[in-house]
Amino acid sequence: MASGTLPGARPGSSGRPGRRARRGPGRRHGTGRRYGPGRRRSRGLTAPPASFIWTRRVVLTILALFALVPVYVMISSSLKPLQDVTGTFRWIPSPITFAPYHDIWYTVPLARYFLNSLIVSASAAGLSVAVAVFAAYAVSRYGFRGKRVFTVAVLSTQMFPGILFALPLFLIFVSIGNATGIPLYGSRGGLIITYLTFSLPFSIWMLTSYFESVPRALDEAALVDGCGPFRALFRVVIPAALPGIIAVTIYAFMTAWGEVLFASVMTNAATRTLAVGLADYSTQNNVYWNQIMAASLVVSVPVVAGFLFLQRYLVAGLTTGAVK
Amino acid sequence: MTVSLRHDAPPAGPRAGRGRGPAQQSRASRLAARLRRGGLPYLLLLPALLLEILIHFVPMIFGILISFKQLTLFFIRNWQGAPWAGFGNYRIAVDVNGAIGGALLHSFAVTCAFTVLAVGFSWLFGTTAAVLTQDGFRGRATLRTIFLTPFALPVYASVIIWSFMFQYNNGLVNDLLHNVLGITSKPSFWLIGHNSFFALVIISIWRNWPFAFLCVMAGLQGIPRELYEASAIDGAGIWQQIRRITMPSLRAVNQVLVLVLFLWTFNDFTTPYVLFGASAPSPADVISVHIYQASFITWNFGEGSAMSVLMLLFLLLVTAVYLVATSRRRKHG
Repeated sequence: MASGTLPGARPGSSGRPGRRARRGPGRRHGTGRRYGPGRRRSRGLTAPPASFIWTRRVVLTILALFALVPVYVMISSSLKPLQDVTGTFRWIPSPITFAPYHDIWYTVPLARYFLNSLIVSASAAGLSVAVAVFAAYAVSRYGFRGKRVFTVAVLSTQMFPGILFALPLFLIFVSIGNATGIPLYGSRGGLIITYLTFSLPFSIWMLTSYFESVPRALDEAALVDGCGPFRALFRVVIPAALPGIIAVTIYAFMTAWGEVLFASVMTNAATRTLAVGLADYSTQNNVYWNQIMAASLVVSVPVVAGFLFLQRYLVAGLTTGAVK
Repeated sequence: MTVSLRHDAPPAGPRAGRGRGPAQQSRASRLAARLRRGGLPYLLLLPALLLEILIHFVPMIFGILISFKQLTLFFIRNWQGAPWAGFGNYRIAVDVNGAIGGALLHSFAVTCAFTVLAVGFSWLFGTTAAVLTQDGFRGRATLRTIFLTPFALPVYASVIIWSFMFQYNNGLVNDLLHNVLGITSKPSFWLIGHNSFFALVIISIWRNWPFAFLCVMAGLQGIPRELYEASAIDGAGIWQQIRRITMPSLRAVNQVLVLVLFLWTFNDFTTPYVLFGASAPSPADVISVHIYQASFITWNFGEGSAMSVLMLLFLLLVTAVYLVATSRRRKHG
């Protein structure tokens, strides 16, 4: 499967080379050696054939529709009055009402859920990145025994089924709470610690590859100038890798914002987050679909905005990792 | 091994702190040099290591321990007091003729089918989109943003939107299939019965293909342009370039990508849980929800833990075989 070809790649490939070969030599002198920085990154020297252009148009249109239709449904349904979302589905909302965006805050305590999610996700993201920065600095700048064991062990935690440690962790938190009085179960603190470890492996991995792209000569120069390793990290490496740190922070925030299993096991009425709280709209006698859609939109805005801002950093980070 | 090694880290802490004083520059740099060789990397790793151990490794070992206990509702207040069950929980779980074992086997089969379909299509869509958007054309940046949107939405929000679209009376899917296209003679139920499996697969694909797109897109940027230019001079068309240059160059990315997609999809709890609640309809009863139900709804934590351990063993086995097989092929290919 991993090395399979794309559908449609085979039929088009017969017969094309001849035409391309004829066009090739004529173009070679003109554009062959032009490596200007402004030149668009492109596969070949000549324009792609019509079969490729049309495949591209059709396939990309279908995929764009597939990606966007649910988003459209969310937006359009959030603007309908209740009776319009309980009847047959309508593509165009009429009449348009903004009442759902007002009502969502009163049907369920959305503001409290929102605040809980915000506190938990922001703290988890901040702490996760702080911890990951130190670990990534060690992995990228020092050779030490057990380095490979560490990286493999940390990445392997990504594989554990969440359900395997949800219950034990729950019991451990309850026991710690009973023994020491530190309330981890049902508190935001327990959730923050849990979430921060979820994003940690990927954060360490990404930051390591970002740090390795910062020239060693830079922080070695700082060390020669009498900086300690920590000063070198904070004054030289971190500023140079700032885009990566921002990307990882947003990623960690998104991970915490969207997690459901541990949120459902470890929170109570006071600390409930959006991931669990949104279900409240449909446990009522009436299913307020328009409000659910409005609420979904409202809770998506912070992370979608963050992600779209992050995407170029993320691609850059993945690329440095892949090139290595 | 790491665990025993990091014991020399804590004493390094205060020394590193003291050494940073401005008046002791030369001593500090000597100390720093010595620490760099010795404890400093471990000190830097310590927080990450402690957290991973506390949240992942200890609970996992604890979970394995519980799987050998008869931990039911009666013992939940005092879990140390629960009697040992030996391999009893495991025996029940793998007894395919019994009620619990049979249901587990069914759930396992459903999960495998679900995973293969969802991963296959996510990979296919993502790779297709990435390869087709490799060249610059007008609107490429917009398209990229559109493609990534499903991945950016919180999972539960996307599942809620899809569950609205799959509603019997007022959903978009039935409207499209029945009223607009006329494919079905009457509206179908999507969230109960056999269709629920496909609803789950579709949502999982919708959610995960942007990730495949993102990874393949990053992988494509690592392919040297000279390869394409040389092949174009040699007369290769674009389809041939895709087949002979692009796809082989993506092998390293694909190796990791398919594995990650597999693990995510197999372990996926959020999608079925938000879509169906704690008890999924039988055709879509994937293993994570099945175990959740066994643990938290019927309160048989010992049995649930035994099932999770079996699931982890299966994932370990598949991952090991996969890594060995793909690495060998990469070496030979």
